Amino acid sequence: MTTRVIDLATEGVRGLNAALHADKAHKHWQVLNPAGLHSIAVGIDAPTTVEIDGHVGYYCAGMNKHASVTVKGNAGVGVAENMMSGRVHVLGDASQAAGATAHGGSLIIDGNASARCGISMKGVDILVKGNIGHMSAFMAQAGTLTVLGNAGDALGDSIYEAKIFVRGTVAGLGADCIEKEMRDEHKALLFGRLKAAGLDGQVDVGEFRRYGSARKLYNFTTDNLDAY
Amino acid sequence: MCGIVGLFIKDPALEPRLGELLARMLEVMSDRGPDSAGFAVYGAGRPDFVKLSLRPPAGFDARSLMAALSVAGGEVSAVTRDSHVIVEIPAKAEAAARALIAERFPEVTVVGSGARMEIYKEVGLPKAVAERFGLPAMSGSHGIGHTRMATESAVTTNGAHPFSTGRDQCLVHNGSLSNHNDMRRRLTREGVRIETENDSEVAAGYLTWRLGKGEALNDALTAALSALDGFFTFVVGTETGFGVLRDPIACKPAVMAETDAYVAFGSEYRALAGLPGIETARVFEPEPATVYFWERAA
Repeated sequence: MTTRVIDLATEGVRGLNAALHADKAHKHWQVLNPAGLHSIAVGIDAPTTVEIDGHVGYYCAGMNKHASVTVKGNAGVGVAENMMSGRVHVLGDASQAAGATAHGGSLIIDGNASARCGISMKGVDILVKGNIGHMSAFMAQAGTLTVLGNAGDALGDSIYEAKIFVRGTVAGLGADCIEKEMRDEHKALLFGRLKAAGLDGQVDVGEFRRYGSARKLYNFTTDNLDAY
Repeated sequence: MCGIVGLFIKDPALEPRLGELLARMLEVMSDRGPDSAGFAVYGAGRPDFVKLSLRPPAGFDARSLMAALSVAGGEVSAVTRDSHVIVEIPAKAEAAARALIAERFPEVTVVGSGARMEIYKEVGLPKAVAERFGLPAMSGSHGIGHTRMATESAVTTNGAHPFSTGRDQCLVHNGSLSNHNDMRRRLTREGVRIETENDSEVAAGYLTWRLGKGEALNDALTAALSALDGFFTFVVGTETGFGVLRDPIACKPAVMAETDAYVAFGSEYRALAGLPGIETARVFEPEPATVYFWERAA
């Protein structure tokens, strides 16, 4: 299987993305000189693997479907936003709104993710090996957010559903987000997430606490005015 | 949206390239701010002298101003760079020179003053602005720059950044402040001179006020966190220091890179991608509501 190499310094982001959408013959891609450019490898709809050699800008691997994208560096705002399926792996840190609105697939961040990680997530499984910033999982609707480090303030604010697992400290919970009992089914789910990230045997599910929705803000009631 | 950049050099061998690197960073940030651009550079200075960065109107004959300043303050020299004139005068004559300019040459704007700091700003695309003033050839220990997409005041040269409200102090801002009118009145009462209706100049004035009370840069920035309401990422320069501050919500982006040779700031990583040694630099996002600053020996 040959690897198609695209140098963004000469072919540009549009050249890369057009090629990723049109060329179904190559299953392995290497992207050189990302230089923090925005919208690298977005809208892929094929079971390809893409390796990006460096730091990327905003919205990298956005709308991803089926592909496995690895960023060998840091990612800017909105990495894997609106991902449908597949896997996005950031070897460094991710900026704000990582995995925003993503419906499915898996997003793994080896470093830290800053504010609003998993905002409005709709089914994606996000795993952050470091810390996450404030307002993470804001209005989260489905999926899992697993954090090996600490979470910033207002975690899970206005959360609908989605399960949040945090191993470290939580600076504060947002409106309608509460700590919940970690039952066997949740430990099994978390084990599966850790295993998918290659962490089974290294991280003990017993060290995590679970957070989720109190389901008090689903409908408007005057009793909740203070929380709105 | 605006773009801000900053470069604080630790290895003196890199100082001759400050302008070249800063110009490239500014140009990359054109997408974030095509209206106007500006920069401040901390270059060479002479003991007991101060440089006034002046912007006279087009067609202004600087000779009359120079003559008047030499009468008022002694030894005077000037360098013209496009629309700006950098006038160097004895430091002790600064107040008299400013009074003279305000009285006899009200059409001349004093953009800033400093022992080492020079400020240039104009309406136009960042690359064109940098080239008009010859930024790529400038050397110095640190510099900050701004590409502006105006939101809170008009697209004018006066509304462009950096803002300087104290000697060798300057600030660039991405964001918008909501309590700037009230704060402007308070600072004016405290004797801080604020020239424009721009919100960012108020932030600069606030830091000048705190620094004027003898506070260190990090303490002044810490105080700004509770005093200034709104969205901001600030990059500030003093004669020996370089600081970064983001508001607690951190809506405005920021990326930093540090090596043995420099500390660099960019609104986006793109702005840093051309720096020497960036491949092995420590690249990180500054935390919200956290003061970052670097100082060098004066």
